[in-house]
Amino acid sequence: MKYGITLVSHVEEIAYGLPKLLKQVAQEVPITFAGGTSDGDVGTSMEKILAAFENNEADEILAFYDLGSSKMNLELASEMTAKKIHLYDTAFIEGAYTAATLLQANVALPEIEKQLEELKIK
Amino acid sequence: MILMELTKELLAEWISRFSEKIQNNKGYLSDLDAAIGDGDHGNNMARGMQAVTESLEKNETADTTQSLKLIAMSLISKVGGASGPLYGTAFLEMAKASNDTKDLGELLQEALSGIKKRGGAQPNDKTMVDVWNKVVSKADDSSLTNADIEAAVESTKDMVAKKGRASYLGERSVGHLDPGAVSSGYLFEALLEAEESL
Repeated sequence: MKYGITLVSHVEEIAYGLPKLLKQVAQEVPITFAGGTSDGDVGTSMEKILAAFENNEADEILAFYDLGSSKMNLELASEMTAKKIHLYDTAFIEGAYTAATLLQANVALPEIEKQLEELKIK
Repeated sequence: MILMELTKELLAEWISRFSEKIQNNKGYLSDLDAAIGDGDHGNNMARGMQAVTESLEKNETADTTQSLKLIAMSLISKVGGASGPLYGTAFLEMAKASNDTKDLGELLQEALSGIKKRGGAQPNDKTMVDVWNKVVSKADDSSLTNADIEAAVESTKDMVAKKGRASYLGERSVGHLDPGAVSSGYLFEALLEAEESL
């Protein structure tokens, strides 16, 4: 599949748990995640996010995050990967769920983005 | 007073003094953060500056640009909270600009632009930008004093937070100093001290 999803949370368990929900509706969409700091504490790690991008089978990635500093580390990681990263300021779970569902249904990216626009909260 | 060019010697002295202030005030910074944020600013910065110190010791032969980059990468990888990418971006932007100029005023201007772009904060949002903005405006005519820094830090007390974790508190954030502004205050006090010591 051309597009993949990367999930970034401050908490390792949140990042680890969300793919389980998405996989229910999007078995074939490549999903990778990064949660917590490099020490496993609450926070985010630019290196973990970069690894999640690199380990994703897709070359173009839709990225979703929870709170403020995840976005900053996401942007830093986006600048360091050769992959094309689309970053969305949507509600974390609802945004990722919507994207996963629509990607699985082969909906075009502009259409997906139109739906994501309504979920923008930050 | 910021007149100097950023030599490797000044940078080393600056960072060493900043690190000392962070380690000494780790508890205070986390207490400030506990009031309006997630309570980890002191520990995060202490962990980051520890990594910075180790990285600079390991790479003794690095020049000014390389040292700035090492500082940036250590902060980005080790701090964890929002201050990691923000302080990291500041030093990364200084590293990039240092190929063309070593003028501290110009380098700090680049750092401030990077922080604003990365975090999206503007003056009066109750963030580190309130301190950086003041410092950069004073750096142009080399008139920065400790009193200016202190006043900029104190000014965040009456502001309503519009960025970061404190923004979820809205009006309730009034009456508290912004922890990122306080640590930025240490950064510039350390710079003034370093300049005087050399």
